[in-house]
Amino acid sequence: MRYKNYVLICGGTACESSKADEIYRNIQKELEANNVHGETQALKTGCFGFCEKGPIVKMLPDESFYVHVKPEDAKELVEEHIVKGRRVTRLLYNKPDCTTSAVASVDDIDFYKKQVRVVLRNCGFIDPEDINEYIARDGYVALEKVLFDISADDVIKELETSGLRGRGGAGFPTWRKWMFTKNTESDQKFIVCNADEGDPGAYMDRSILEGDPHAVLEAMTIAGKTVGASRGYIYIRAEYPLAIHRLEIAIKQAKEGGLLGDNILESGFNFNIEIRLGAGAFVCGEETALLASLEGKRGMPIPRPPFPAVKGLWGKPTIINNVETYANIPAIIRNGGASFAAKGTEASKGTKVFALTGKIANSGLIEVPMGITLREIVYEIGGGIPNGKKFKAVQTGGPSGGMITSEFLDAPIDFDNLTKLGSMMGSGGMIVMDEDDCAVDVTKFYLEFTVEESCGKCTPCRIGGAQLYHYLEKITNGEGTMEDIESMRKISRAMQKASLCALGQTAPNPIISTLKFFEDEYLAHIKDRKCPAGKCQKMIRYVINEKCIGCTACVRKCPVNCITGEKKQMHVIDQAACVKCGECERVCKFAAIVKN
Amino acid sequence: MAESMPVLTELTPELESFIEEWKDKPGNLVMVLHKVQQVYRYIPRDVAFTVSRKLGIPLAKIYGVMTFYHYFKLEKPGEHMISVCMGTACYLKGGDKLLAELQRLLNIGVNGTTEDGKFSLQSVRCVGCCGLAPLITVGPDVYGCLPTDKVAGIVDKYR
Repeated sequence: MRYKNYVLICGGTACESSKADEIYRNIQKELEANNVHGETQALKTGCFGFCEKGPIVKMLPDESFYVHVKPEDAKELVEEHIVKGRRVTRLLYNKPDCTTSAVASVDDIDFYKKQVRVVLRNCGFIDPEDINEYIARDGYVALEKVLFDISADDVIKELETSGLRGRGGAGFPTWRKWMFTKNTESDQKFIVCNADEGDPGAYMDRSILEGDPHAVLEAMTIAGKTVGASRGYIYIRAEYPLAIHRLEIAIKQAKEGGLLGDNILESGFNFNIEIRLGAGAFVCGEETALLASLEGKRGMPIPRPPFPAVKGLWGKPTIINNVETYANIPAIIRNGGASFAAKGTEASKGTKVFALTGKIANSGLIEVPMGITLREIVYEIGGGIPNGKKFKAVQTGGPSGGMITSEFLDAPIDFDNLTKLGSMMGSGGMIVMDEDDCAVDVTKFYLEFTVEESCGKCTPCRIGGAQLYHYLEKITNGEGTMEDIESMRKISRAMQKASLCALGQTAPNPIISTLKFFEDEYLAHIKDRKCPAGKCQKMIRYVINEKCIGCTACVRKCPVNCITGEKKQMHVIDQAACVKCGECERVCKFAAIVKN
Repeated sequence: MAESMPVLTELTPELESFIEEWKDKPGNLVMVLHKVQQVYRYIPRDVAFTVSRKLGIPLAKIYGVMTFYHYFKLEKPGEHMISVCMGTACYLKGGDKLLAELQRLLNIGVNGTTEDGKFSLQSVRCVGCCGLAPLITVGPDVYGCLPTDKVAGIVDKYR
């Protein structure tokens, strides 16, 4: 190491929003004030993944892990840790159960123990705005190899050996996409990166682009050389300004360094990458819709085949891969496909990044080998369900996926197993639900999303989705009938078979999955007019019982002034006016307000 | 109500040069609309009309594209745009309550703007900060892990 000490400050969107930049500037200032800036380097890196504990500051070489750091803590961190070599105990990460004293370093943290960081290896380690740091970590070695040492067929063979499958959702073997495009004759071909991360509850692509943008640029250039394309497009959500900013810097630096643009590394190969912004349409994650959007049109899908690999952007052969897929490729070329294939399961090789969120103690971005069990993810990495609540299910695959219940906690997670369980890998959202979450309500939430995001082109998706939503609304309002369930099953089957693209084909998945695993909850809503989780607002009533001492705390809290009663007398809730926000229940210290 | 005919309008120099740069690139429309919205904070009808003439794309087609994507705004938003994240993680952790509280505080509906033009309210799909759920953003500022009773204080900061 060039410096004696390193201070790594997380500069991902989540930490950035909690003043990471100010922390960075304060640390710089303090390093200079204490005259240790010559031997210590402060860096703003990509995401560490442990977003809930942010802003995070990590010290090297001793790997101290400081959490919830505030800008004003900079002085103490520098004076104590850097100058005096003493850890600042109050800021060190604490185990959630508090049984042990402060955890000292990253290796001791459960959240990281089972993780294997391949795609994220540079995230939280290098300064993403400095190409030299990427190069120092073997960056662009793979590109050099592809330009000078190995043939296009070798590249595709390595990808085949690696067993890499698309990380965007469907899991199509990457080497086959590349081979189709390579073998199609055309005067022009295109390389497209799908960074339109639309799945609500997944943010791995954003973190990769923010933390290690050059990995994606390098992989796209490799793809260009392999299939004979000279132009690449990164289609990224406009809602990710920081990722766009870092990509712009990375493209500029790569061009200046002769690693992108004309005559790359004097090999005679030309490749340019342009950033194109998405504009908030989930359907644009579908590849033909994405291409329509790139062409400046409404992002509506067209029937396949022909597949984009053969006839894509402006009718030319086009490779479309997702961000995480690309980010895997430099290491595969550098270290060989076999090293990638050493991790994972029979049909799903390598690692996968998941966004672990929802009702989980340690929420954040994790990277694990394929084949890990859900139990390991939820209880070991995730630290279990907070507030002593009971695990209910995990939703994978977002609005296109389904729920995995506790009986399948020990099933290995890979592409095929998740599909077998009635869910799917999707882009890697993993949303944990506890006993307070209603299966019907969550399903309605997803359907509302897919109805809103349906492009309206094909009838099964446009009308079927709206119908499904209508039934779910009826059921959560306490007006459902048993016939509704049958109708939902029928419509779901029709949508799966007849929709034009994956959005419509998978939109019924949350319904099919919850009808399978939580049919009893549907029945409770329909037959007993009750929401067992107490979530569906139309079906719950808040009532005040005899424990009420008339403290008036609830009266003051009620947003619609529907609670009345004299001081020190039992209060009453006007059910007609109540909006069922539950604030009164939360504020009551005497358990006098109950839901029924 | 019939809308009046749009008229050609003078564009800012920044927008003019952007259009000049992108004019001949294929598939430029979405990028130009992004730039328009960045400059004006929404896409005024007259500007859309002017862009249509400059790019040689019919106005109807431009409106087709504008209305397809959620990101493009046809109405002038308030000075501060408050966005409530309704991604799955935020929803499970009470994003809908934050939205209800903001509607109550500002006395406007979703996608509405306060009469004084100070605030607009919208719900967005996912900000990508799921570790901080539930959260809202006010302009560029992010407020994460937000309990409902803290919302009023945040709004007051921008009044």
